Amino acid sequence: MATDLTGPAKASRAWTRRHLLDLEHLERWEIEAILDTAASFREVSARSRKKVPALQGKVVVNLFFEPSTRTRTSFSLAAKRLSADTIDFTVSASSMAKGETYIDTARNIEAMGIDIMVVRHQTPGAPHVLARTLNCSVVNAGDGAHEHPTQALLDVFTIRDIKGRIEGLTVALIGDIAHSRVARSNIWALTKLGAHVIVCGPPTLIPRSIAELGVEIAYSLDEILPRCDVLNVLRIQFERQRAGLFPSIQEYFALYGVTEERLKRAKDDVLLLAPGPINRGIELTPGVADGPQSAVLRQVTNGLAVRMAVLYLVSGGAPRPALVH
Amino acid sequence: MEAGNRQKNLVVLVPEHEFQSLIDFLADRTARLVSDPARTVVVGIRTRGVLLAKRLLEIWRAQLGWEMPLGAVDITLYRDDLDRGPRIPILKGTEIDFPIDDRLVLLVDDVLHTGRTVRAALDALSDLGRPLAVRLVVLVDRGGRELPIQPDAVALRVEAAPEERIEVHLRELDDEDAIVRRK
Repeated sequence: MATDLTGPAKASRAWTRRHLLDLEHLERWEIEAILDTAASFREVSARSRKKVPALQGKVVVNLFFEPSTRTRTSFSLAAKRLSADTIDFTVSASSMAKGETYIDTARNIEAMGIDIMVVRHQTPGAPHVLARTLNCSVVNAGDGAHEHPTQALLDVFTIRDIKGRIEGLTVALIGDIAHSRVARSNIWALTKLGAHVIVCGPPTLIPRSIAELGVEIAYSLDEILPRCDVLNVLRIQFERQRAGLFPSIQEYFALYGVTEERLKRAKDDVLLLAPGPINRGIELTPGVADGPQSAVLRQVTNGLAVRMAVLYLVSGGAPRPALVH
Repeated sequence: MEAGNRQKNLVVLVPEHEFQSLIDFLADRTARLVSDPARTVVVGIRTRGVLLAKRLLEIWRAQLGWEMPLGAVDITLYRDDLDRGPRIPILKGTEIDFPIDDRLVLLVDDVLHTGRTVRAALDALSDLGRPLAVRLVVLVDRGGRELPIQPDAVALRVEAAPEERIEVHLRELDDEDAIVRRK
């Protein structure tokens, strides 16, 4: 719109970070800078020629020590839209099986001339170790149960996009909080941006210490439902679960499953997010997942713009001198 | 203009009361480039190019009855020095929500200097479509080109030394309309 075009330029501070490791240590303005940058990148994805030359000649590697399809694909496509070259390096069968250490693997890949390393690892803090060891930029694509910054950023971006703001909203994170890096990153982002965060789930899946992050703890979804603006339905992580944290899937679904019936007691404009992959019939019903309040697919689309923004922002800065071997 | 270190090396080339006639002159010069207003679009280079483009459009609307779509191009992603600075520029975004294919594009900026910004803007435009033609409209040409790029309409030519800055101040951002030289 012509009126928006000529508004005064935002007095933005300069972005100088070379890594995105977590949201805990980002300032509010930095989170907002990522969201604003992502909003600009959405325009690129709407073009018929979906590419800009910003990262031409740069190499982005996806170094994944855990299985992932959507996050890896999203990062790859984001890098390609910025004209970077991309390599996928999925570690399970290859060199790690031969006994190479994590850092040696990363160093060897970096020696091929990598500019940005996107890392997923089962150990919390693994990307932080690489950021201290390597010269390239490091982006955390999920480290154990610690953080998953880009997922939280795309959640927050989607909320801001649809609700027009974050400040003052009540956002519930529902389900397995204890094992969820998505929950942790969401808590950091949402509280920094001024939302009221409720974590809701069975007591066995909510660590008491989470209250220290400034969130409300609730064990009854039905009680909190009427005052929520956003429901972010986390996946039950069967692969991280020890047995016995809740009696049965049926009971979980009865208490915490988001159903059409339950949604009737929520606000009319309640927004439903799910980081996926969703377990239909466990965390939410198919009717809800595909219903009018669900933004699940918009999250995926927005994830691309957010990851473009992150890759673009960390790519800046004077390159450090190359390692001398 | 006295006092203040910032003001010390500043020379006003075009003061507020002469500024409007310069804009009128540029509007007139640019209008002569347009043969079919219905197939002409205007794109300003962020940030001041967009503000200038808006003023040109207001003049044409009042004097000629022309209505043309206005878009903004953010050249950041097309810069040739993106990986040179210590910090990464924050995007303001390209907003061109109309087709530019087979249209005459009037590309507007405040100051033409090395030509690198215009080169980047042309690359950005070519990613959005294939215009009939692109005409370059600038308020000030200060010389010092590093690429073979020349304006099609220009209101003021000044000779500036490489270390000097020529700035266009616009009321929307700077509380005054003026063109100044800063050493």
